[in-house]
Amino acid sequence: MSDNKNVYKQDENQEEQLSLNDDRRVKTLSPGALVLKRFLRNRLAVVGLAMLAIMFIFSFVGGMISPYRQDEQFYTYTFLEKEYVAVTRNEDFRYVAAEGKEFGSAAQAQFLLAQMTGKEEFSYKDVDYTVTQEGTDFYSLSSDGEVIAIAYKDIVNAEDGVDELPFAVKHAALAAYSNEKTGAFEADGKEYELDDAGNIIENGQVVAYISRFVVQSKENGVVITRAFKEHLEEALDGDAEEFVYTGEDGEEHNYTIAFDASAKVWSVMQETETYVYNQYSQPSKEHFLGTDTNGMDMLTRLMYGGRVSLIIGFIVVIIETVLGVVLGGISGYFGKWVDNLIMRIVDIFYCIPSMPLIIILGAAMDGMRVDPQVRMLYLMLILGFLGWPGIARLVRGQILSLREQEFMTAAEACGISVSRRIFKHLIPNVIPQLIVTCTMSLGSIILTESTLSFLGLGVKFPFASWGNIINDVNNAYVLTNYWFIWIPAGFCILISVLGFNFVGDGLRDAFDPRMKR
Amino acid sequence: MRNYIIKRILLSILILFSVTFIIYAILRCLPASYVETMAMQLSTAPGAKPYDEWIAQLNASYGLDKGILAGYLVWLGDFAAGNFGDSWKFTVPVIQKFNDVIWLSFVMGGIAFILELVIAIPLGIIAATKQYSRADYAITAGALVGISLPTFFFATLLKLVFAVKLQWFDVSGLVGRNYAQLDSWGQFLDKANHLVLPITTLVIVSIGSLMRYTRTNMLEVLNADYIRTARAKGLSENKVIYKHAFRNTLIPLVTIVGGSLPGLFSGALITETIFSIPGIGFTSYQAMVIGDIPFSMFYMTFMAVLTLAGNLIADILYAVVDPRVRIA
Repeated sequence: MSDNKNVYKQDENQEEQLSLNDDRRVKTLSPGALVLKRFLRNRLAVVGLAMLAIMFIFSFVGGMISPYRQDEQFYTYTFLEKEYVAVTRNEDFRYVAAEGKEFGSAAQAQFLLAQMTGKEEFSYKDVDYTVTQEGTDFYSLSSDGEVIAIAYKDIVNAEDGVDELPFAVKHAALAAYSNEKTGAFEADGKEYELDDAGNIIENGQVVAYISRFVVQSKENGVVITRAFKEHLEEALDGDAEEFVYTGEDGEEHNYTIAFDASAKVWSVMQETETYVYNQYSQPSKEHFLGTDTNGMDMLTRLMYGGRVSLIIGFIVVIIETVLGVVLGGISGYFGKWVDNLIMRIVDIFYCIPSMPLIIILGAAMDGMRVDPQVRMLYLMLILGFLGWPGIARLVRGQILSLREQEFMTAAEACGISVSRRIFKHLIPNVIPQLIVTCTMSLGSIILTESTLSFLGLGVKFPFASWGNIINDVNNAYVLTNYWFIWIPAGFCILISVLGFNFVGDGLRDAFDPRMKR
Repeated sequence: MRNYIIKRILLSILILFSVTFIIYAILRCLPASYVETMAMQLSTAPGAKPYDEWIAQLNASYGLDKGILAGYLVWLGDFAAGNFGDSWKFTVPVIQKFNDVIWLSFVMGGIAFILELVIAIPLGIIAATKQYSRADYAITAGALVGISLPTFFFATLLKLVFAVKLQWFDVSGLVGRNYAQLDSWGQFLDKANHLVLPITTLVIVSIGSLMRYTRTNMLEVLNADYIRTARAKGLSENKVIYKHAFRNTLIPLVTIVGGSLPGLFSGALITETIFSIPGIGFTSYQAMVIGDIPFSMFYMTFMAVLTLAGNLIADILYAVVDPRVRIA
């Protein structure tokens, strides 16, 4: 391989114009140029080179151009719908007993019976009650001419900050309301007025209102104001599905009303604006590939992930190559027991199941809560340490055959020192093979690293790597709905590894002197 | 020959000792908190022994209370006696769990392997006979794409297309929801249906290297002098390729195929894990991530044995198939 491989090629087009001894007639190519020429002629290899160039620019230059940092989180406003109040229309009788009287649940049941059968009288516990219908769904119950209780469906709600109205007032107000009478009435020695909206007014001030709707707050500490209730009732009466209401604090909210027919409850949802991570946002102008689960820009993560994946690949290959060349070189050059010993070590390393071992170590690092940065370092060391035997075998094999060749005998005869013989004459001859192997193994290291990161045992958050970006698909929802999270990362891995393999393959062919093309 | 095999086997056993020792030492150097967590968990189970007793028992049963070397010897003694211990994760004897799951992996690996051979070898031969043709480029590029595909990515893509979008298969698992209601033929079909995607993944991801291997060796054979002779004799191209060239290509092929036979038992760690197929790969993944030392130790030893057996078979087959190879 080291022999002079100058190739003379005639340029047939210019043959006639040039004289025989003209230097330009003869084209000389150095071995390197020859390899390059053969390499460039291989279409797949060139494609591979282009792929690699793109990935490198994408990862290393892209990160600089990108306006975002790799761990920059984006926020967004979203509307969250929270159940605000639940409204029911009262369809059951409610009862209020007069001051000092009793009207228990058993008596209430008796009343209901009487009301349904249309009886005007019933007795319970030796007391005779007379049922008087005073209005729609409004009854008073009296005994011996004295009103003991009232049964009603429209509810008298005391205004905020006003005491509950006395029984007599309620009675009078309801009697008026249920007969759709408005205007002034007198009860308990005071003057009251009932208006259209069911407000009970005392001295020009609203003290209570009558309504058939029961409004319950669904959030703790929220007081439903009268104004809101009115607004809500209007909406309910108009069968509206949503309405806008500006609260006392001046904030405007959208409300949507949903009616649950089986429970006969209107639940009113309030839309509140919340400031959250911009999670899984679709690709847009600001984020070409959307954002990930932490609200980080996907494209930027991909660029930095590529940086991590490629750098890990290179460092591991460097570790592998240094160990492999040194140990393989020693083994091949010195032979005998040294060779035997090193080759047995290589055998042992070959035999260690590397993937399970790395998984166990990764899980252990999880358990020890190793810092993500230190962890990355360990990962490189482990991968490098498990990968060198292949290279050692290759180097040893090459050196074993090379050192028997004539040029080595010549080198020895010339009195060249051992170290010079190894590094100047032997190693350069191994380099072509070495480059091919390294290129190919770069690809496989990126695969291994991404597989580990995918399993959550390799590169960890906050660092991005192509593998741990895809890790998100463990969430079935992401797998189905957010293609932009994992498909680009997968293709990044595929393109880089394929690039390395194409180039490695092309180099192998180009370095092969038997190749005639 | 016999002496060579005996020598190789003895050497393999020696290597196995070293490998198991290294694995044992690594597992032992991991933080002891694993055993502690395990003991903590075991002791919280209803009606279990207190923590101290568990930790003492666990330590004693795996020789964790001794030094690494002494502990290794204890493990080795147990292992040689066929006592592989109880799995922490599955709480059954390791060998029992192993027996439950290994055959599924074997069937999966076997089917995938046969498919690989059937597809890769003809394609490799076509690529070699038509070197630098369009077909050759396509096959070579395809093989490299297969090699470069990350298993997990390809498996996920398959899931998205065939399980989620087309809904032909289930996303993961070995049996469907109504498996129990099916008759035995239906159960067989159900399992087969669930194995389609994993086996496809395995075939596509590993087909490339065999294809390239076939192509390279076929090219080498085609450049040989006896092929030129055969052509010069005026034999038909078919005869040249399938009678003269292919038979010689078989030598390295048989070697590598024989060498990968033990690998059929090793399971597919990533593929099985992604598809949740309860084979040896997925099972040991579960065991390994929680630090189940007995199972991990057994699995890794098993893997080492498979590798050694593969190398041994390859070397022996090489000598058997190729009459030119003579082993001293």
